[in-house]
Amino acid sequence: MKHFSNRYIFIFSAVMVIAVAALLSLAATLLQPAQARNLEIEKKRNMLESINVEANRENTEELYEKYIKEGFVVNSEGNPVEGIDAFTVVVKNEQKKPLEQQYLPVFRAEPADGEKVIILPVEGKGLWGPIYGYVSLRSDMSTIYGTNFDHKGETPGLGAEINTSDFEGQFRGKKLFENGSFTSIKVLKGGAGENDPHGVDAISGGTITSKGLEKMIFDCLDKYNSYFQKNKI
Amino acid sequence: MSNQEKEPVFSAKNLKLLSEPLGRNNPITVQVLGICSALAVTVKLKPAIVMALSVMIVTGFSNLVIASLRKFIPDRIRIIVQLVVIATMVILVDQFLKAYVFDVSKQLSVFVGLIITNCIIMGRLEAFAMANKPWPSFLDGIGNGAGYGMILVIVAFFRELLGSGTLFGYPVLEKLGIYKTGYENNGMAILPPMALIIVGLIIWVQRSRDKSLIGK
Repeated sequence: MKHFSNRYIFIFSAVMVIAVAALLSLAATLLQPAQARNLEIEKKRNMLESINVEANRENTEELYEKYIKEGFVVNSEGNPVEGIDAFTVVVKNEQKKPLEQQYLPVFRAEPADGEKVIILPVEGKGLWGPIYGYVSLRSDMSTIYGTNFDHKGETPGLGAEINTSDFEGQFRGKKLFENGSFTSIKVLKGGAGENDPHGVDAISGGTITSKGLEKMIFDCLDKYNSYFQKNKI
Repeated sequence: MSNQEKEPVFSAKNLKLLSEPLGRNNPITVQVLGICSALAVTVKLKPAIVMALSVMIVTGFSNLVIASLRKFIPDRIRIIVQLVVIATMVILVDQFLKAYVFDVSKQLSVFVGLIITNCIIMGRLEAFAMANKPWPSFLDGIGNGAGYGMILVIVAFFRELLGSGTLFGYPVLEKLGIYKTGYENNGMAILPPMALIIVGLIIWVQRSRDKSLIGK
C-alpha cells in the first residue's frame, strides 16, 4: 500500500469536490430547459386528464390550446385578481399565506361534449409526501366532471393507486354540495354505496393516502366557496 | 506491462465476472446484500425492471471510475471517495431521466435517489474495483447489477401476480377467469414481508440445487 501524505489527501479531496461540483452544476444547467419543459407538459396533461381528455407527450400542447380556454386567479372572496398568470401560480406556496391573500387559480375549459367546466388545482399531503391534482366541475359548481391525481412518492400498489383511472373515475358525477352547504367528497373504507352522491371507495392498504386525499379536496375546494356561490348556474 | 500477456476482452475469466453474480455469487441470495430496496420496489414489475437497469448502470460505471482512479485514491478517505462517486452517478442518472425519459422518472420517483444507499454498489467498489483493472471492474459491476436485478424481477413477478392479479398492469388472472373459481388476491403479497418470504424461498431453492453453498 502506497503511503499518501496529508497534503496529498487534502489536495485530492479538494480537486475531487470541485470537479464533482462543476460536473453536477453543468449537468443541472444544461438539462434544466428540458426538465422545465417536461414539467410544463406534465402539468398541462394532468389538467387535460381532469376533463377526461387523454393526451400524450406529443399532442398535449395542441389539445391544451383546443380545450382550455383561459386561466385566471380569484381570491377567497370569489373576486378576480388582476395581473397574475394562473398557470404559474404554485398552489403549495399559496397555502402558506393567510387565506385572504391567497391566489386561487381557476381554468375555464370546454371539452368536446360542449360542457363548460372549470378546472381547479388541489394539493395536499399523502403518506410519504405531497399529493396533488386537478378537479373539474360542471357549471352548477357542484358536480364533478373529472379528476386527476398524482403523487410524489406514495407506495406503489397501495397509495400510488390514486393516480389510476379506476380510482379517479369514481369521482365523476359526485356532488360537492348537499342542500347548498359544502359537503365535499368522502373517501370511505369498505366501499361507498352506489347512490352515495358524496362517497368514493378508499384504497385498501392506502388508508393514510386516501384520508390525505379527502382532506386535500375539502381544504382546497372550500376556499373557492364564495366563487362557487357567485358563479353557479 | 510489456511482458504480460494481453488478455482478450471477453476472456473466460472476464465472462465469469459477469455470470457468477447471476448464480453462485448472487448479491441478494448468496451475499444477502441490497435487501432493503428489494422490499420497496418489487410490488409491480415495471418499476422493478427500471430500477434493475438503473442499478446496473450505476454499479457498472462507478466500478469503472473507481477502478481507473484506484492508484490515486488515498486509502484513508477511500470510503468518502466511493460515496462521492456513487452519489454523483446517481444524481446524473436522475437528472437525465427527468430530462429525457420523464415518464420513467415519475414511475421511480424516490427510488432513484435510494440507489445511493444500496449496499451492493459500495460492496463491489470496496471488494473489487479498489483492487482490479477498469474493464474487469466494469464487468463485475454490470454482473452484480444484473444479479440484483434478476432477483428483483422474479420477486416482483410473484408479488404483482399474487397481490394484484396483474402483470405489467395487465389483468392476467381476470382474463384467465381464475376469480370465478372463488380465488381472491393475496393482500399480503403487496406488503413488504412477502418480498422477504419470496427471497427466502429463492435462497432455499438455490441451496437445495447447489449443495456447495450450504454451511459456508
